[in-house]
Amino acid sequence: MLDLVSNQGTSPTDTLGDSSLAIRGLTVSYGQKPAVFSVDMTVQPGAMTAIIGPNGAGKSTMLKAALGIVKPLSGQVTVFGEPLEQQRARIAYVPQRASVDWDFPTRVIDVVLMGLYRELGLLGRVRSRHKAKAMDCLHRVGMRDFADRQIGQLSGGQQQRVFLARSLAQDADLYLLDEPFAGVDAATEKAIIGVLKSLKDAGKTVVVVHHDLATVTDYFDHVFLINTRKVAEGSVAEAFTADTLQAAYGGRLATAQVDQLSRVVG
Amino acid sequence: MLSDALLLQLGYNASLVAIGATLLGVSAGVTGTFLFLRKRALVSDAISHATLPGVCLAFMLMVAFGGDGRNLVGLLLGSAVSAWIGLLCLNWLTRNTRLAEDAAIGSVLSVFFGLGIVLLTVIQTMGVGRQAGLEGFLLGSTAGMLWADAVVIAIGGASTLALILLMRRPMTLVAFDPEYAAARGLPVDRIDLAMMGLVMAVTVVGLKIVGLILIVALLIIPPVTARFWTERSDRVVLLGGIVGGLSGYLGAALSASAPNLPTGPIIVLVSFGFFAISLFLAPNRGVLAAILRHFRFQRRVHLRQGLLALAQGQPIYERLTLRLLTRAGLARADGVATEAGKARAAKALRDEKRWEVIRSDQTHEAAAALYDGLRDIETVLTKDQIVEIDHQIGGPQGVPA
Repeated sequence: MLDLVSNQGTSPTDTLGDSSLAIRGLTVSYGQKPAVFSVDMTVQPGAMTAIIGPNGAGKSTMLKAALGIVKPLSGQVTVFGEPLEQQRARIAYVPQRASVDWDFPTRVIDVVLMGLYRELGLLGRVRSRHKAKAMDCLHRVGMRDFADRQIGQLSGGQQQRVFLARSLAQDADLYLLDEPFAGVDAATEKAIIGVLKSLKDAGKTVVVVHHDLATVTDYFDHVFLINTRKVAEGSVAEAFTADTLQAAYGGRLATAQVDQLSRVVG
Repeated sequence: MLSDALLLQLGYNASLVAIGATLLGVSAGVTGTFLFLRKRALVSDAISHATLPGVCLAFMLMVAFGGDGRNLVGLLLGSAVSAWIGLLCLNWLTRNTRLAEDAAIGSVLSVFFGLGIVLLTVIQTMGVGRQAGLEGFLLGSTAGMLWADAVVIAIGGASTLALILLMRRPMTLVAFDPEYAAARGLPVDRIDLAMMGLVMAVTVVGLKIVGLILIVALLIIPPVTARFWTERSDRVVLLGGIVGGLSGYLGAALSASAPNLPTGPIIVLVSFGFFAISLFLAPNRGVLAAILRHFRFQRRVHLRQGLLALAQGQPIYERLTLRLLTRAGLARADGVATEAGKARAAKALRDEKRWEVIRSDQTHEAAAALYDGLRDIETVLTKDQIVEIDHQIGGPQGVPA
């Protein structure tokens, strides 16, 4: 039954091989009320995609379920045409920074070194080349000078950049970021978007859970609108319109906001 | 007496106990650190109380089969089985019901302990006559410790320690950021379960010396103590092991130095001693340091405000401010600046301007993050950078830097 709903007439395996991330028929529920219902998503390689929707629309949940962090009720996920488990090494995930305790006894550089977990293995020593790589990643987010600081001393924006540096250390091909721009200062926002654009220029795929509608057209080339169910998906020009926004947000956007946005999206 | 005890000169039994307690302390301190970092310290309390029914059932089984009910290996195996069942119950309750972890801990702990006490009472009425000593598992009893017991404790403690060190990297990652660990394909649930399994092993090993009621102290107090002294997780692990080992050794020696001192509780009190010292005296996170920091900060704020007031020719109303200024020779009692005060005030005002520039310029972000309204500019920037900034500000250049 779910499959019939989710595939919406297309064959489930048609273009999966060409996509960086393909989600089919994903349903996630906390208790009896689905947070994400029967969602399909196809992310093109090299695209920079924003996942957009109102609060509680299931944006973060969808991302977590796609990565197996929360267990979905149903659905399939393929990454670069293969099952998720075989492609884990090519994925870098940046969680919401509020999801960890920043009083944890560790330094900035130690957090970035966690990105090299696979390389270091269980007992491998942290060598100077590992440190150099971590420093380079910190440099790319403008946090080199902070390497030896205790993470509890960082501002929210700096914490976010440390998380981004950790994901850079993984040398992944697919980057999934959960609200990286939430509650950060302007300098951090600039630094993060600069890094993300450089990733895109290097041919990487970037997917971002995003909440700020005003910056969508500046930052992204693809959007995915969700409100428990998929609302729209495609290039910004196609899928980020006054109609799709109205459909995703319903009455939740103030009329003034809609007017302002329709000027942006044309 | 005490010095003899510390040098293991008090005889065979006392030396065995001291060595066993040291090993137990090290492995409990190290294992407990990961539990503490994962914020699940109290789970160990449920695990330890869940050992009691196992101890009793193992005793009954061994007696029923005609063996010596007091065989330590048999009793420890029994305790491990029931502790493991308790742990699985706890995991099931937290995951599959709406019960929060604290409530689940309370339920498992009390039910298993209650069952254990019932079994203990039954054993005492069985009249086997050989049951003497099972109550010793509640608070530990080292009086009749045998060489074989010490070997069991040593092997158990050492292998737990080795496993912990092997798994330290994944356990640290899971403790800091479980979502990220899951996204990287780490089996978070299994790592958590393995961690709890190791805690259970330490608990079981510690039954003889510290007892099931107090083992939680040896798991929690050393890492909490270590946390006061360092901001790095690997050092918390190391220090936790050292504090645990020292507590075990000193506690065992102390209790051997005088008659009728219980070993387990003394070990716990010694570790509390380390905790209390750290709580008050640790350089950054300690209570004393926090109080001192507060007063020093308050004085710096007043001094700075006073200097800025002098620089702008404003009157000073606060008595503390004036007192600090006069004591430093920067102002006279009537609030008029001295020559030295005028120079310092001008410098303070100048620094305000420089900070303004630093904080609005992205290239100085690391320095700007240190801004607290008080800090001397020279502590965050080089001379050249200051000259550069003064250039941007313009105005009189003659102010001493």
